Amino acid sequence: MKRVGVFICHCGTNIAASVDCAQVAENLKGYPNVVFSTDYKYMCSEPGQEMIKETIKREKLDRVVVASCSPRMHEPTFRRCIADAGLNPYLLEMANIREQCSWVHPHDMERATAKATDLVKMAVAKVSHDAPLAKSFSPVTKRALVVGGGIAGIQTAIDIANNGYQVDILEKQPSIGGKMAQIDKTFPTLDCSACILTPKMVEASSHPNINLITYAELEKVEGYVGNFDVTIRRKARSVDLNKCTGCGTCWGKCPTKVDSEFELGMTKRKAIFTPFPQAIPNKPVIDREHCLKFKTGKCGLCQKICPTGAIDYTQEDELVTTRYGAIVMATGYELFDHSVYGEYGYGKYPDVITGLHFERLINASGPTMGKIKRPSDHTEPKNVVFIKCVGSRDETKGKAYCSRTCCMYTAKQATLVREKIKDSNVYVFYMDVRTPGKGYEEFYNRTTETYGAHYIRGRVSKITQDGDKLRVRGEDTLLGRPVEIEADMVVLATAMVANADAAKIAQLVGFSYDKDDFYTESHPKLAPVETHTAGVFLAGACQGPKDIPDSVAQAGAAAVKVCALLSKDMLETEPITSEVDTKTCAGCGHCVDVCPYHAISLTTIEERLLGQTITRSVANVNTSLCQGCGACTVTCRSSSINLRHFTNEQILAEVDALCQTIQNK
Amino acid sequence: MKYAYYPGCSLDSTGIEFNLSTKAVCKALNVELWEIPDWNCCGSSSAHVTNPYLALGLPARNMAIAEEAGLDVAIPCAACYARSKNVELAVKESDDTRRKVAMMIGREYKGESKARALVDVFYHDLGTEMIKQKVQKPLKGLKVLTYYGCLFVRPTKTAFDDAENPISMDEIMTALGAEVMSWSSKTECCGASLSACKSTVGFPMIEKILDDAQKSGADCIVTACPMCMANLDMRQEQIGKKKGVHYGLPVYYITELLGIALNLPPKSLGIDRHFVPAIDLLNKIEPTTGGGGQ
Repeated sequence: MKRVGVFICHCGTNIAASVDCAQVAENLKGYPNVVFSTDYKYMCSEPGQEMIKETIKREKLDRVVVASCSPRMHEPTFRRCIADAGLNPYLLEMANIREQCSWVHPHDMERATAKATDLVKMAVAKVSHDAPLAKSFSPVTKRALVVGGGIAGIQTAIDIANNGYQVDILEKQPSIGGKMAQIDKTFPTLDCSACILTPKMVEASSHPNINLITYAELEKVEGYVGNFDVTIRRKARSVDLNKCTGCGTCWGKCPTKVDSEFELGMTKRKAIFTPFPQAIPNKPVIDREHCLKFKTGKCGLCQKICPTGAIDYTQEDELVTTRYGAIVMATGYELFDHSVYGEYGYGKYPDVITGLHFERLINASGPTMGKIKRPSDHTEPKNVVFIKCVGSRDETKGKAYCSRTCCMYTAKQATLVREKIKDSNVYVFYMDVRTPGKGYEEFYNRTTETYGAHYIRGRVSKITQDGDKLRVRGEDTLLGRPVEIEADMVVLATAMVANADAAKIAQLVGFSYDKDDFYTESHPKLAPVETHTAGVFLAGACQGPKDIPDSVAQAGAAAVKVCALLSKDMLETEPITSEVDTKTCAGCGHCVDVCPYHAISLTTIEERLLGQTITRSVANVNTSLCQGCGACTVTCRSSSINLRHFTNEQILAEVDALCQTIQNK
Repeated sequence: MKYAYYPGCSLDSTGIEFNLSTKAVCKALNVELWEIPDWNCCGSSSAHVTNPYLALGLPARNMAIAEEAGLDVAIPCAACYARSKNVELAVKESDDTRRKVAMMIGREYKGESKARALVDVFYHDLGTEMIKQKVQKPLKGLKVLTYYGCLFVRPTKTAFDDAENPISMDEIMTALGAEVMSWSSKTECCGASLSACKSTVGFPMIEKILDDAQKSGADCIVTACPMCMANLDMRQEQIGKKKGVHYGLPVYYITELLGIALNLPPKSLGIDRHFVPAIDLLNKIEPTTGGGGQ
């Protein structure tokens, strides 16, 4: 006979307003295995917990059921509570009579009370079958990997490194810096983006605890929290980083010109190049697709003139495997391709550009040396139209979500046009102006009041090329009439979207992503930088559209989580994992296929059968990787794989308890 | 290549030259047209502002007769095309609609016979390569603006070409040897019947298109819609006079220019029936000897 104590919580009026808690407690008295049953106003409060502890001792309880809120809310609280009273923490069950009962049945106390009673009876049945479980431990590798070398990745790495841990930054481009390096000025302070970023880049590159791995990509991730074995492909740079001094002679002489990715094709770079002058490392790579030496076998000029002999055409991609304790994803974002907007010219009008093009056009080191010029004829535009929400908040052609940053960068760009071109007219087409940030609303007000940008509420229906002008037609929905503006240049605030390879990378590392391929945080409010995969964290816009301040804040948060993990020598692992009964396992391998964490593999065992030794294949669970999702248990045809704490026996006991009450009715 | 076809009300009256040129060109291109016996009006805008089922039933009857004959329907008029395509999609989408339509018209239409715009047939079924082969008199030096209007490209459900940048007529005209100019009113609405019932709204819409056309430096406009033709051709002088401008922009049906390129006599195509004199411009095109596309 088990000795179960039942504790029914009122949660103030959250539960008690629609469930008669005293009645539920009464109903449980005399139920099999229940030796004590009571109700209380706030079970999670200090006195509530004390009452549970005292009752455990007084009534010699060996198991406890708390009927209150979701286990996601307070299961850890009550596990600690019963552990304090000397019970194994896994001999606790929670019946969720709040989210799954009182909140959804607010107007029918009689039936809600009956349902609550059933839920508690199920919990009693389960707890009676629960077994004590113990946590296990695994060692922690005290090194972190940050994937992505933009502002989020750089900040994460610096914060981790300053805590005394080793960090590697993995960047697929030849230089760290990311999108922030392309931006001219930052809102709401209008300080120069490069001026605040480059010191961070230098700090990252010179920090003794930070190791930069640029021009490299993730190849494979194995292992689990505390011990990820990550294989990185270091792409052939064709330049020996140890010999190269970054003198620049090679790219000065290289005869091949290619559209510069950094300048969005508005100027040329060479086939041997650094993406931008402040690049870190400030050492070039050879773009093998365009390099004459690789295309035709001729040239080889850079090798001839390199004073240190750093050019190496024979370099090959290199695979390196390193063990890390934690991984931070800071892979950033891309901009929405507006060529699906036929009404804006399918991306074919040269003077219809994106916000990022504009950043380069207005940047002092950009293709026009900071003079705003139209891409088509290099004249200074007088009438500039900004269109917001291009690809954002447009489910028919783009994304349903708001990209969060566009309202502010458009206001910034509008301000800069008015500041640089005194006789200019600036028109901003908007749906809403969203400025939820410190100093943001004030900045927007300055844009309209001091700088005189004309904000027009409405969408642009069509842009047509009319000679060397663009005719922008839309609706002013506040005045209720169509407007037409003759513009010299149109700037589209295109949506922030997930990288094209975001989903592929998430699958490779093994964590979840949403329908837009942004990486999913573990909890939208309470665990915003964690993923559902232990040891993998998120920073910056790979999780969702974000501006620089938010990315930096998130980077700091992710770094703290990483440090908390790396500060431990050993890691507790959750005992709620799957186990295989090898006696009945037929080794069919279905569980191997469904496991999202690659925790199950087939192994060969030897056994004696009828006097002979035979070998056969059975499933084997790596409990460090297993997250206890249970997908394997429902797949297994012979019920040979069981999830501890959610065994078939325990679940069926709950079902039986429920069916009995139904039968009695 | 055989299609069912019906001229519709416009091609029987104001757009008679569209009918003449359609028949002449199809004959020259070996496209056999079988006129739907006892065809009826598609209902146009009048039906679908009156009753949604009337708007389905009228074109469905024509389509049903073609379906019984086992033919797709090649439709010259833009409005007839849009209405017919609409019912084709509607009966395919919903069994309920199909049954109601059958009850109304007293015959079954399953949507198996497809509504095809004549331009679509030229562009996709014949193809520009084949048309190029047949050209006898390339429209060399003729600067044309292709004008699609609304109904061939909108709504996207019934469109056979891109809504914002359609190219089918452009490529056909290029195959004929004409120079296709770019302009911004390619898919603007001409205002349709607003020029008759509310000219204060309708006329400025036509005026904008004509102004754009004039600015582009083109010689003429080519269209495939009788409503657009009526507005741009018939109203041109009236609108020009009001602002003291002589546009002098001939407007052609695409079939008329096809006919010219196939070296058919302009009068047999009805080109002498336009309000804005349209023959002189074409007389400037020199016939080349030997035939074949250049």
